[in-house]
Amino acid sequence: MTTVVACGPLVTIQDAGRPGHLARGLARGGAADRRALDEAAALLGDCGAGIEIPGAPLTLRLSAPAMVALTGAPMRAEAGGRALDWHAAHPIPAEADVTLRPTGQGVYSYLHMRGGFDTEVVMGSRAAHLIAGIGQPLASGDRLAHAPSDGDARVIAVADRFDGGVLRVLPTPQTALFPEAEIARFEATTFRRDTRGNRQGVRLTLDGDGFATEGQLDLLSDFILPGDVQMTGDGVPYILGPECQTTGGYPRIGTVIEADLPRAMQAPPGAALRFRFVTLDEARAARPRLPEVAPLVRHAGTAELLRANLIGGVISAKGETE
Amino acid sequence: MDDTFPQIEPLGEAALLVRFAPRLDDAANRACVAFRAALEAEPVAGVEETASSLGSVLVRFAPGAEVGEALRDRLGARDWSAVPPPPRRWWRIPCSYGGEDGPQLEEAARMAGMDVADAVAALSSVRVRILALGFAPGMPYLGILPDVWNLPRQTGLTPKVPEGALVVAVRQLVLFGTSAPTGWRQVGLTAFGCFRPGRDRPIALSPGDEVTFPAVSPAALREGAEADDQGHGGATWERLE
Repeated sequence: MTTVVACGPLVTIQDAGRPGHLARGLARGGAADRRALDEAAALLGDCGAGIEIPGAPLTLRLSAPAMVALTGAPMRAEAGGRALDWHAAHPIPAEADVTLRPTGQGVYSYLHMRGGFDTEVVMGSRAAHLIAGIGQPLASGDRLAHAPSDGDARVIAVADRFDGGVLRVLPTPQTALFPEAEIARFEATTFRRDTRGNRQGVRLTLDGDGFATEGQLDLLSDFILPGDVQMTGDGVPYILGPECQTTGGYPRIGTVIEADLPRAMQAPPGAALRFRFVTLDEARAARPRLPEVAPLVRHAGTAELLRANLIGGVISAKGETE
Repeated sequence: MDDTFPQIEPLGEAALLVRFAPRLDDAANRACVAFRAALEAEPVAGVEETASSLGSVLVRFAPGAEVGEALRDRLGARDWSAVPPPPRRWWRIPCSYGGEDGPQLEEAARMAGMDVADAVAALSSVRVRILALGFAPGMPYLGILPDVWNLPRQTGLTPKVPEGALVVAVRQLVLFGTSAPTGWRQVGLTAFGCFRPGRDRPIALSPGDEVTFPAVSPAALREGAEADDQGHGGATWERLE
């Protein structure tokens, strides 16, 4: 059992979400950074449902030992007063307090325990979907059941995706409604991630005019997917997230490819974002391979040791290290 | 742009979108429901999810699966707008019209060119189809209403309609599944819960289901809701084959 000792806002349980309900208006939801989920799974073997932390402080108290994976947006992490490396899994003893503090890098951080938290399953998933009314944010005093586990510390090689950058996009059925010059301007514009953003979508700001389709189109509402870059009435783009509505009538100028969606969701307020159209083949070729895991030398608390260890030999996530 | 329909277009990396019409159209929506029902009844290998909306069908497939050809074959096999509707439910959802439960009934009736009594008679007897579910989980867009109900949306939004509100615009009714601002006009209130995660069937409605909204008094609406432990607000349904 793990007890939530202190907890900032909108910290939720997330997993891969609940696909299969688009016809009934329920988006899949689940972790905003799917790559962080893959990383936790590689570190732990079975990561189940974990805790998603959107830039908020969190303190947990463990009543049983557990292998704990820390992935996604880097936080300052401690267990029993000892610093913990991020992008890594650690054996945490019983009665230790795990304390996480935001660093301003990225947006969504994840804490998983081997086997996952055994919270209520709703329609096949433990993921909170607050906009739909499924689940609640965690609050101090909450108790989360999990199986005890133990093992050796491990670290994972992670490509940086926590400060914006270039997002590759595919055309949508509405892309052709935008004049070619507007598409070119869209690709040439540097956007900034606005302070307004949540699991439903992230607002972008830009210098200059918004983007509009040709004529005053009254579009028939059609399917939306996470990653769609939607132009609202005033031409301001939103990148839609895992809890987006399932259909909508605003035109989507492009859709962020799956490989780059974690980068889109992890861009912190103020980060620069640009868009580049690619083909479907390029999008599929860009899908990342499984994350690579290596042993973490015991007591290694410094970045130098971490790097030395990584150079020493990276092994496949599928391989055995214990 | 090609303006012949239906069209098949990619939607992201792992889905195709079959569009039957660019505008709201009853025949095209019926085609969506029928085509999707056929895909559910006889799945195409590799397809993981299908869904229909006002004018399109989404087909999501497993990474690496190639379903385009099979989908084109299925699509071309028949005139999907002429296929009889698949098995569905006919819902009767009690609604309290006008007054505090429908503050814009008078305005909507005036715009439709009738008095309030005629408007209630019309709206409480019309049998509409669920064209799509969206905006909030399980929230139905219903139609298509006679042309007199082709009311424009309000330019100034109503700051908030309650969950269960029955609203009208552009030849459609919407039953709100959540409390939200809207440009549609509220003519009545139901106690129908569009989405209840803890219910046996969390989302009770499906695209293609038919619905009527019989008129009840404000008191009867609330009594019916109280007595309905499934959160359907006293609604009943029967199966149509």
